Amino acid sequence: MPSQERFLSGNLALAEGALAAGVDFYAGYPITPSSEIMEHLARELPKRGGTFLQAEDEIASVFMLIGASWAGARALTATSGPGFSLMQEGLGIAVMTETPLVVVDVMRLGPGTGQASKAGQGDLMQARWGRHGDQHLVVYAPTSAQDCFDLAVRAVNTAERLRVPVVLLSDELVAHTWERVRVPERVERAERTPFLGKGPPFHSDDPRVAPPMPALGEGHGVLMTGSTHDGRGRRFTSDPAVHRTLVTRLWDKVHLHRDDLAVVEEHGVEGAEVGVVAYGSAARAALGARELLQAEGVRLGVVVLKTLWPLPEGPIRRLAERVRAIVVPELSLGQLVLDVERVAAGRCPVHLLSKVGGGVPLYPSEIAAQVREVR
Amino acid sequence: MRHPLAPYLREEVLPGPFCPGCGNGLVLGALLRAVARAGYTSLRDFVFVSGIGCAAWIPSPHLKADTLHVAHGRAIPTAIGVKLHRPELQVVVVGGDGDLAGIGGGHLVHAARRNADLLVLMVNNLVYGMTGGQVGPATPHGLPTSTTPYGNPERPLDTSAVVAAAGANYAARWTAAHGKALEEAILTALGRRGFRFVEALSPCPGRLGGRLKLEPAPLLRWLRDQAVPRDEAVGTLGERFPVGVYADRDEPGLVEVLRGQRVER
Repeated sequence: MPSQERFLSGNLALAEGALAAGVDFYAGYPITPSSEIMEHLARELPKRGGTFLQAEDEIASVFMLIGASWAGARALTATSGPGFSLMQEGLGIAVMTETPLVVVDVMRLGPGTGQASKAGQGDLMQARWGRHGDQHLVVYAPTSAQDCFDLAVRAVNTAERLRVPVVLLSDELVAHTWERVRVPERVERAERTPFLGKGPPFHSDDPRVAPPMPALGEGHGVLMTGSTHDGRGRRFTSDPAVHRTLVTRLWDKVHLHRDDLAVVEEHGVEGAEVGVVAYGSAARAALGARELLQAEGVRLGVVVLKTLWPLPEGPIRRLAERVRAIVVPELSLGQLVLDVERVAAGRCPVHLLSKVGGGVPLYPSEIAAQVREVR
Repeated sequence: MRHPLAPYLREEVLPGPFCPGCGNGLVLGALLRAVARAGYTSLRDFVFVSGIGCAAWIPSPHLKADTLHVAHGRAIPTAIGVKLHRPELQVVVVGGDGDLAGIGGGHLVHAARRNADLLVLMVNNLVYGMTGGQVGPATPHGLPTSTTPYGNPERPLDTSAVVAAAGANYAARWTAAHGKALEEAILTALGRRGFRFVEALSPCPGRLGGRLKLEPAPLLRWLRDQAVPRDEAVGTLGERFPVGVYADRDEPGLVEVLRGQRVER
């Protein structure tokens, strides 16, 4: 497919990816380091017949997305840690009501107001588990401006196809790094399955298949509720079977797609003596470390996770079977490392390389040094 | 004989869940009579959005319409999302005082400021009814509730006045005892653009009547008798309930303003 090359920051590439994917509704609240996404879409959406609105807070932003999505929009918002915390309420409702939407969290340092706009990777567990109740959603994480474009498209399509909210977990370093991005003339667009008046809009016998989503204003008598409901949408506030059926199906809808949701890059895993598992800006540093070590004859295998939930376990397990040790570099006190330890399950030692504070990146030399140590 | 408003209701879910003497039925009646008088033979062009609380159950599941039932306080932003993407639909929010003026109070003020094209019907029963009669943002000063056993130390929010000051095109307050006036206010609001707010003071016999030692009928009568036209109102809100029209403007709504910005590009 014909494409053009552009020089973009991660945030701008992400906004361009959203537009390419057909996003036509944005409501958001300014917060660094995500604001460029919002400012770009404030300029671009009205030109293309879309809707842009600055909300009074992030709670309103995500609920505006829920309303717009039910009205038929492809809806996206972007925020950072403190705003992401406020959006958890709406994300939970979106999971329960099977509302397609995308929330971008450009991670900065927390907790609280932390160090505003300084790079961090401390929101991984929150992205997965920030809501109350049993639930799954999908989390993607870009490592580059190109990934920001591509994963924005993928996030919108996944949301529409599975009727599920999708989190795009970027970080400040990825967001503000300017790079060459290949922008295709057209991208694939997945559409939600329309409701044609038959079958239940909130149930599917095969949990892998999202139920068709009724449009508003077409006489379907849509009954949408964030409370426990049956396939028709009728509220059941105490029946144990209805609750179990619903939450199990919503859980399986994401979990049973774990293989086709997995976006993973494996670099030199065959024949590696030491491994790294990383995501986001830390993964870029890991690839740099691999080059440094190659020159010394040290064989480092790197698994880059671009899907963080459901966790692609296969590549981590295969790496753990091959190498003497795994290093997990993170701009946090250690969250991904817990996954890697669980999946490696004693096949090899797993070492955390933690760096946090000031937004200082992980450097390839630091990862290389740790690899030499555990080799 | 079929009730003339039956075509607007999901008859299979009736009777409703509301307590005997609850004002929700009176407010629902006023709403549907206004809808019928406005010429809508069905609710097909309507989307009703509600949050959490007894009043939020008025549309969901009782109205034969598209209904979105979301989190506590978040009906207004959800409704804005619907309206901006599908401006041809008549989007109506129904909720209580706790839902709309308490936990959702920020959204309410900003929706009025934006002149967002919604009709918001606030059923003000003066307490958190569903959760057991706790103090709310509209509870009169001094009234004992389950969380203010020594009397409400705070003053009530004059929600209709706040919404009017924030820029709503239309705002009015009546009580469930003023069936005709309430119906007229909703009818007026249905025909307007921009942000429209109708507040209906409504009896909660289970959670407020007991505190006031008033049976359902005397409680409704009490609301009616405390109501005074707003230009004659003296005394503090809660001792008296000023009723009448608080805002009556016809400024362009948010939908129209945003549409203009699209065309200019």
